[in-house]
Amino acid sequence: MSDSQSSPRALAARDVAHRYDGVLALDRASISVGATRALALVGESGSGKTTLLRCFNRMVDPDSGTVEVGGIGARSQPVIALRRHIGYVPQDGGLLPHWRVLRNVALVPRLLQMDDPEAAAAQALRIVGLSVDTFGTRYPHELSGGQRQRVALARALAARPGVILLDEPFAALDAITRANVYEVFQDVRRELPMTMLLVTHDLAEAAHLADEIAVMRSGRVEQQGTMLDLHSAPATTYVAALIARAVATSAHLVAT
Amino acid sequence: MRNRVSLPVPALLRVLGVVLPLLVLAPLATDVHGQTSGTATPSSRVAPRDPSDYPVVVASKPFGESYLLCEMFAQLLEAHGIAVTRRPGLGATEVAFGALRRNDIDVYPEYTGTGLIAILHDSTADSLARDSRAVYDRVARTFTSRYGVRWLPPLGFQNTYAIAVRRSTAERYHLHTLSDLAREGAHLVAGFTPDFIGRSDGLPGLARVYGLHLRAVRPLAPAVKYAALADGAIDVADGYSTDGLLARYDLVTLVDDRHFFPPYEAAALISPRLARDRPDAVAVLALLSGRLDEARMRQLNQRLEVGGEDVRHVAADALSELGLTSAHGSSAPSLASDPHAPFWRYMWDRRATIGALTLRHLFLVLAGLGAAILVALPLGLALERAPNAAEPVVRMLGVIQTVPSIAMLAFMIPLFGIGTVPALVALWLYALYPIARNTYTAVRDADPGAVEAAEALGTTPMQRLLWVRLPLAAPVIMAGIRTAAVITVGAATLAAFIGAGGLGEPIVAGLALADTRMILSGALPAAALALVVDGLLALVERAVTPVAG
Repeated sequence: MSDSQSSPRALAARDVAHRYDGVLALDRASISVGATRALALVGESGSGKTTLLRCFNRMVDPDSGTVEVGGIGARSQPVIALRRHIGYVPQDGGLLPHWRVLRNVALVPRLLQMDDPEAAAAQALRIVGLSVDTFGTRYPHELSGGQRQRVALARALAARPGVILLDEPFAALDAITRANVYEVFQDVRRELPMTMLLVTHDLAEAAHLADEIAVMRSGRVEQQGTMLDLHSAPATTYVAALIARAVATSAHLVAT
Repeated sequence: MRNRVSLPVPALLRVLGVVLPLLVLAPLATDVHGQTSGTATPSSRVAPRDPSDYPVVVASKPFGESYLLCEMFAQLLEAHGIAVTRRPGLGATEVAFGALRRNDIDVYPEYTGTGLIAILHDSTADSLARDSRAVYDRVARTFTSRYGVRWLPPLGFQNTYAIAVRRSTAERYHLHTLSDLAREGAHLVAGFTPDFIGRSDGLPGLARVYGLHLRAVRPLAPAVKYAALADGAIDVADGYSTDGLLARYDLVTLVDDRHFFPPYEAAALISPRLARDRPDAVAVLALLSGRLDEARMRQLNQRLEVGGEDVRHVAADALSELGLTSAHGSSAPSLASDPHAPFWRYMWDRRATIGALTLRHLFLVLAGLGAAILVALPLGLALERAPNAAEPVVRMLGVIQTVPSIAMLAFMIPLFGIGTVPALVALWLYALYPIARNTYTAVRDADPGAVEAAEALGTTPMQRLLWVRLPLAAPVIMAGIRTAAVITVGAATLAAFIGAGGLGEPIVAGLALADTRMILSGALPAAALALVVDGLLALVERAVTPVAG
């Protein structure tokens, strides 16, 4: 594992377009995330945010445009090595159901032939606040939803990647569990410097976890900026309406 | 003078009847003496002297009289010190004759009419119909020139098709002849063997010659047919004139007043290789020519089919009555077959045989299934990688699955002959589909979320297969193997039709002899075997199931 791969790397997509079976999923989308920064992709279902996320670990190779990881074109990097140095947390956790927790978390260290994959896995479990002794030998189906997502997070972190991709990792959790996992998540960010790309349909979550927000609609990025930027200078009426709705919701919550 | 001339005529015929076969056999007989000169008695021959000294494979078709004649051939050969292998109950005419042509079997009892119509498909049959000698000459000549197969001189009796009705039906509709039957056909329901329904010397011919049209025709197995007739479920059935079962159920046979059925003289049919290299065996088999008349045959068939006596016992008695074996020389172990003994006793008496058949059955199942796993598992995995080929291939395997077992076994004969090899190939073909299909779909559909995450984290396709997809697919693959195993246990019972042995032997023989206990002595162990195999595989399935989710 070279330093350049494990240290936080910048992510960039420029004019990326992609079709699935003729249906336009990405329409010249562009974003950029500085090293160690966190960007949230926000949008409705079908807005292309997951497709854009998957361009960075080459689960999607877009039809056109450029995708860069660490300033180098993703397509010019060997796909297996690229993926092993990018953490990934899917919405359902994607844990291997027939492997115990410790083995699941040790997957990438093992793929990278690190000296002691299980030690790396144990440390990652500690970082997400799970005791190895209690959880290491459990199977995924013996965990609660929140525990499962934390294990998935630990698996994504275990090899200390410089980049982590999260695809709606908290969508299926109840509000209290989610608040817990947010805390864990922020602890992790403090402990491990990483560049982060988060897909969510929840603007509040995006504001809570990310430094910047990119609003997506119909395969395009309408605007990228901080929450303040989006609020004070919305680039489109869609962004303005989205922010207004979110503010109204939170004002309502504050009022009651 | 006239008297003196006329008197010897029957005697002359009788002499000719003996001499003609001898003339036919003369060159062979010389060889026999040449080979065995110096041997005090034929039975003292022990060690094989030349490569052609193989055990003679004696076979039969699956009905009572055929079993009996087969056993008589076998015991007669054994009494003359010739080693034999028994292959009784082979499928039907196509299977038995197909095997004989290929020298997979050496001799089986056949009927001249069947040879003429079912094998030669001779369209001139009608003109020959009344002349049994002409029919024999024609089949003997044609079989030799066309197949190298020899008909030995007839055994001495005819066993023609007989159309039977209940005595009460005959009285109610005044049925004596087939013409009477044609007149009343609209009131009557028939149950015929599928063979009879299809053969041109069967129902189609009857319809043509007599204008016979019945209210309904149901295809029925021989065993079921007579019981169905006796119970009134059907009114008309086909049978054989020497059938013991006709007497058992008090049935009336109708007269073939237009002489539709050709003569069915029974004779031993000899394989090309036996005719060529084994004059000793051929000469021994010819000892039976002309020795069995219809009365004796009917009586022997009744002992077998009505009395429920063991076929070996009946055959041994018949040979000793004919003076062809010494009374005590019979090697037939007399299985006390008391028809009133309780069923458990019947099974207990046959425990050694049943055990051996069960082991043989298990061997067929395990070998067929094992070979199928070796091929279907990699095939299923390959199909998952080639989705375009997958559906056509899986569908093709599915089509194989729909081929009836009997037809499948018949297809195997020209390719592999009879015995273990074609049976295993057929079982293998049947087992492929459930295993390949389950492997393909299980690997394809294995937990997409887990597979996708493993891919996104940098596993290679091979790692995903070995670490994720195969382990997750294992229970479904095992379920496919279990399905295949149960199918194979069932299909293997039909292997008896092509002489591969197994628990199908008593089932086929029991069906032919309408002997329920004999059927059960094969069917019950087969069912138990299916349960045991399925149970053991269920344990394997549990062991390979990754986690109880």
